Parts: sequence; C-alpha cells; structure tokens
Amino acid sequence: MDLDLSSVEPFRAEVRDWLRAHVPDPPPPSLETEEGFTAHRAWERELAGARLSVVSWPARYGGRDATPLEWLVFEEEYYAAGAPGRVSQNGINLLAPTLFRHGTPEQLDRVLPPMASGEEIWAQAWSEPGAGSDLAALRATATRVDGGWLLNGQKTWSSRAAFADRGFGLFRSDPEAGRHRGLTYAMFPLEAEGVTRRPIGRIDGKPAFAELFLDDVFVPDRDVIGAPGEGWKVAMSTAGNERGLTLRSPGRFLAAADRLLALWRERADPADTALRDRVADAWIKARAYRLKGFETISRTEDVGAEASINKIFWSELDVALHETALDLLGPDGELDGDWLEGYVFSLAGPIYAGTNEIQRNVVAERVLGLPRDRS
Amino acid sequence: MKFVLDAEQRLFGETLDKLLAGAGTPGAVRAWSAGEPEPGLALWRSLAGAGVFALAVPESAGGAGPLPVELVTAFHELGRHAAPGPLAETVAAAVLLDRLGGPGEDRDRGFTEFAAGWLPRIAGGAAVVSLALPPAVPYALDAGVADLVLVVDGDELREAAPGTPMTSLDPARRLCRPAPGAVLATGPEVRRAAAAAYGMGVLACAAQLVGVGRRLLEVTVEYAAARRQFGRPVGEFQAVKHHLADVLVGLEYARPLVHGAALSYGSPDFPRDASAGKAAASEAAYAAARIALQVHGAIGYTDEYDPSLWIRKARALHSAWGSPADHRARVIASLTTG
Ligand SMILES: Cc1cc2nc3c(=O)[nH]c(=O)nc-3n(C[C@H](O)[C@H](O)[C@H](O)COP(=O)(O)OP(=O)(O)OC[C@H]3O[C@@H](n4cnc5c(N)ncnc54)[C@H](O)[C@@H]3O)c2cc1C
Repeated sequence: MDLDLSSVEPFRAEVRDWLRAHVPDPPPPSLETEEGFTAHRAWERELAGARLSVVSWPARYGGRDATPLEWLVFEEEYYAAGAPGRVSQNGINLLAPTLFRHGTPEQLDRVLPPMASGEEIWAQAWSEPGAGSDLAALRATATRVDGGWLLNGQKTWSSRAAFADRGFGLFRSDPEAGRHRGLTYAMFPLEAEGVTRRPIGRIDGKPAFAELFLDDVFVPDRDVIGAPGEGWKVAMSTAGNERGLTLRSPGRFLAAADRLLALWRERADPADTALRDRVADAWIKARAYRLKGFETISRTEDVGAEASINKIFWSELDVALHETALDLLGPDGELDGDWLEGYVFSLAGPIYAGTNEIQRNVVAERVLGLPRDRS
Repeated sequence: MKFVLDAEQRLFGETLDKLLAGAGTPGAVRAWSAGEPEPGLALWRSLAGAGVFALAVPESAGGAGPLPVELVTAFHELGRHAAPGPLAETVAAAVLLDRLGGPGEDRDRGFTEFAAGWLPRIAGGAAVVSLALPPAVPYALDAGVADLVLVVDGDELREAAPGTPMTSLDPARRLCRPAPGAVLATGPEVRRAAAAAYGMGVLACAAQLVGVGRRLLEVTVEYAAARRQFGRPVGEFQAVKHHLADVLVGLEYARPLVHGAALSYGSPDFPRDASAGKAAASEAAYAAARIALQVHGAIGYTDEYDPSLWIRKARALHSAWGSPADHRARVIASLTTG
C-alpha cells in the first residue's frame, strides 16, 4: 500500500501552469444563466484546445488517455485554480460513459469530438413529472417509423436544457412490456421541430433546468444507443457513474474546504469553537473523500452499488461545507456571492442523481444485504 | 398555571391566519420581490387594522402594548404566511423610540416629540420602519419602502437614507446598507434602548421562524401524502416519515422557548430567554426548510412553486437578528456572569 503520487507530478505541473495562465479572471457569469452558458461554452473550447476538456478519453476523441489517477489530479488542479464549472458535465459524465460501453464506433466518432470541444452541449432528459425516483414509471414514447422513431411526451428538470444543443433520454417503445422493459435510449436534437422548451427557474430564479415537450420528434436509428427495448439496461449500466467519482470528484471539495479555511481565518471569532469544529470537519471529510477516491481507483472490481455510498457522502459534505461558510458570514450569508451560489447548488445534491433516501435504500439492501423493502 | 395560549389569544392568531390566507399573501410576496410593494403595503395596513403593530407600542403612545404573547402569536402567523416587509424591524423600532422618547425626567424634548410623532403612526400602520443595529443587524431590511430608517451606532441614534439594496437569497428581503444622516439621540441611554429593541426584534424573528417552519411542515406533509412514486404516496416510505417527524420534534421544542421568552419580556432573564428561543427557532425552521426541499424533490428546488417562499426565508431568517451562534454565546454569557 502506498500513496506515491510522484509519477503524476509532471502532469500536475503542466495542468497547473496551463490553468494559471488561462483561468478567466474575473470568472464568467453563473453557469445557470444564458450569458453564463455562452461564456462557459467558450471556456470548454479553450480547454479542449489544450486537450484538457476530457483528459481520460482516448486521444482520437479529444482526450489524452489519462489514467484514473491522472484524472483525479487534473480535477484537483482544476478546482484549486478556481476554474469555471463544467457546462458540458452531463454529456461528459453521463452520456459519454454510456456510449463507450454501448455505442457503435460510428456514434463514438460522430458524437464525442463535438462534445469534447463544447460545440455540442448535452442535456439529460430522463425525469418526467410522474417519474423522478421511480424512473421506470416514465411515459414518454418512441414509436417506430420508417428509418427511425418518433418521440412524444414530456421530460422535465433537464439541467441547462434551455440552452443546450442535444438531449439524451429514455422512451417507452413497447407499451405492452413491463415497467423496466420496452424502453429505448435515444439522442435527440433540442432545436428540432416538435421540441418545445420551457426554462424553469431554480430556487434562486436562475433558469438552471427546463421542461421539454416532445411532439413527433424524429430520431433516426443511428441515434438509438444499444438495442431498442434495452434502454433500461443501457441506462443503468452507467448510472453508477453519476453516483461514483466522475460527477463530483474530490478536487472540488478539497478546493472548497481550502476556501472555507481561508474564510474562517478571515472572519471567525476564534472563541467560536463550534464553527471551528465544522471547518475542521469539512477539511477532514474532503481529505477522506480524496483518499477514498484513491482507494476506489486502485480497486479492480466494479464498485457497483457502493457508488451510492459516495453519492451520499459528497452531497452531504457539500451542503455542510456551504452551510458552514454561510454561518461564518453571519448576516452577510444571505447576500448574493460565490458562497451563496455554491450553497444553492449544493442543496440540489441530495436530490439529483438519485435522492439520498433512495441511495440509503440501495446501500442498506444491496451493499449491506438487508432484506428488501417490498417497493 | 396555564402555559398555553388562552382562547382570546388563539382567536387572534386564527383571525390573522384568515386575514393573511384571504389576502393572497404569496402573490403579494412575489410582487414585493419584483419591486412592486403596493400589495404588500396594503397587507401591512390590514395587519395594522387587526392590531399587530399596536402590540409593540404602549397605550400612552397610541398603541395597546407591550403585549409580547400576542406579539409572538402574530409573528408566528406572519411567518406561516411568509408576509413581506420589515416586520420585526418595525416592532423593534417601536421599542427603541418608546425607550428613548417615552415619559421620563431625563428625556430629550426634541426626541420625545419625534417619538410621539412616529409611535402612533407605527401602531396604526401608517409607518413602515426599518432599522439597523450593528453588528448583529448591520443592514436595514427593505429600507427603500420604509417611511423611516434608523441606525444605531454605539451611543448614537441617527436617521438614515435607505442606501443601495443588495440581493438576498430571499428575494422578498432587500437588505440596505443605510447612509447615516442626522443624529436623533446620543448617550448611554441609546445603547440601552438599542439592546431592548434588539431583544424585541429577536423575539419577533424567532416567532416568525417557528411559523415559517410550521408552514413548511404543513405543506410538506400534504405533498408527501399526495405525491406518488413506486405506486404509493412517498409519505409511505419510512425515510420520509422520519424526516418529517424530526421536523415536528424540533418545532415543538422551539415554540415553548419562544413563548417562555414572551413571558419573561421586561425581566432581567428576557435577553437570555429570547436568545434561547431564537437559537432553537433558527435551527428548527432551517431543518424544516431542508427537509421540505428534500421531500419535495426537484419541484421544491424551483422558484415558481410556492414552498420556495418559505424555504428561502427560513435560511435568511436563520442568521438575521443574530445567528444561532451569537445567541448561544449570549445564553452562555448570561449564565456565567453576574
Ligand atoms: C438541480 C437538479 C437538476 C436535475 N437535473 C436533471 C437532469 O438534467 N435530467 C433529469 O432527467 N433529471 C434531473 N433532475 C431530476 C432528478 O433526477 C429528480 O429530482 C430525482 O430523481 C428525484 O425525483 P423527484 O424530484 O421527482 O422526487 P420524488 O421521486 O417525487 O421524491 C420525493 C421524495 O420522496 C422520496 N422517495 C421517493 N421514493 C422513495 C423510496 N422508495 N424510499 C424512500 N424515499 C423515497 C425522495 O427521496 C424524495 O425525498 C434534476 C434535479 C435537480 C434538483
């Protein structure tokens, strides 16, 4: 057992130097606004120009074939540098892993390079008004037509779909089949005829997600991922990515814990040991998440349901860390600023990517082996 | 001994509940947030008509107070309905004005007249007042719509210009850093009056928080019973039930602390008791907001769905009028000195 990172130091140095020279200052406007979206797209292009947008991907799609360790190090440097949030995250973290596992070579060649460069930004269109935690209750349909499928129905909570270019989601293609069967995984354009998008303001009013109404949207066969009717399996085989390390890497929390420490130094009343303890806890937990990340990438077996442990941990750490910051700010905590933006963002963590109640069920039943609930 | 609201006090709460429910308060809150204060100000006048602001103004100055138990009953309902405006600020200002300008030998004549002019207007709803009591209350809430803005700086009380508003997590709260103007009063008495005003603001804010938490619990229980996933109401899942039960436990032990503080109003224990109530109310209401959000899922995270009005307010009020840490420190200080 070792924790020797020397082999990745040259890579770390390269990333650090590049970021130091390129991270925009002042930072672009919030990712969750139209102007922020445009600015973040431009940033993705710049990252891609240095082949830093998707370091872990194969070179032919715009990556560097980086090892998981190099990827973790990239993320550490990225967030330590205060670099902008990733507007391409749902494509890179959710769709790409699905394509790597189930996509055809033609799909990989066609979809991945513009995803890596920020030219095409993807929105996840899984949830529906009646299908949140119970995703298999989804009702939007895919109907077979000559050469492809017609999509119909309503999707919702699709992050940044108001401004994104394309969506990926699950559609019921065989209404006769059981809940988890007869679903088809399809990619579709958001600009297409038949697509109506309604931006939805998140709790601070920023249009962070959107409702999508699909009315006979045509999707050619080449935009179906995996076999028609096998969409559930396709989606679930990589859903763990959302709960595992990729969606929220340790680097993000290490950087946030460092910023919290700086805030504490600047603002804290040293006599307030309760706040001191919470700052220390944020740092300890960020370190725990980092080390756990090293452990995860060192293992060879699939982490499977254990990804749920990760999701609970990072999302609760994120909320606690930001609450501590707001408490340190006292009466200034409610005022607009980076900490408040981070706090608002953190509040959604225990909800998306499978709520933490669902994750706890998964951990209890599938990791600990407790008897299954009848639901 | 009967440590519960009496029939008249309960009726007062119910009357305000009906008034606020019938007045389309969420619409007034959204208008207030959008910079259209008129519906909120109309609501303010109705609340005054029901006697809310008079509770903090002594009879000698045209009010009916101080009636702290009735006052926390009122603020509980104001919180339950997310009523907008500098509510706690106005009742705190009434205490400040009364302390400095009420009857007494050493009173400054000019200030007595000043106070005698404003207090009846506060009681009658004709004056919206904001104030800043730094360091715990550094900004004047909604100073832009206030008829009078006061700032205490150490031994000095000044009238102030509203200053530029800043954006809060709760868009119905416009926090302003007031620009101090003419000195209205000076001397150690200002400090003492400011401390009394702070106590009133803390008490009102604590009651408001309990009301905010209550409403969040009510709407979330309702939602959990109606929202179906996996073929059943999500309220059937134990994880959801336990979350909501915990919220109730928190609120049930915050409310008596707030009522207890109302009863010790005017006694030497009041600052300690108000702080105990505020610390507990902040934590309980904020926990209610976190769980309300979690149990609503994504729809709770939207601006357009009304629970957001309370979710945002709970967080803002949590640290307004002193953070829980400030109030815990005050409790300990009062228990370990003197
Ligand atoms: C900021 C944000 C961004 C999002 N982005 C996207 C996106 O890009 N694309 C997309 O498709 N979706 C997105 N979502 C939607 C997200 O996936 C859903 O919110 C999530 O699946 C929960 O569904 P729901 O909101 O309908 O809550 P519900 O499923 O209605 O859950 C309500 C409550 O019941 C609880 N509950 C439900 N079932 C159980 C159970 N079996 N046991 C115990 N408790 C249970 C939940 O934990 C929750 O507390 C986003 C959500 C948010 C908040």
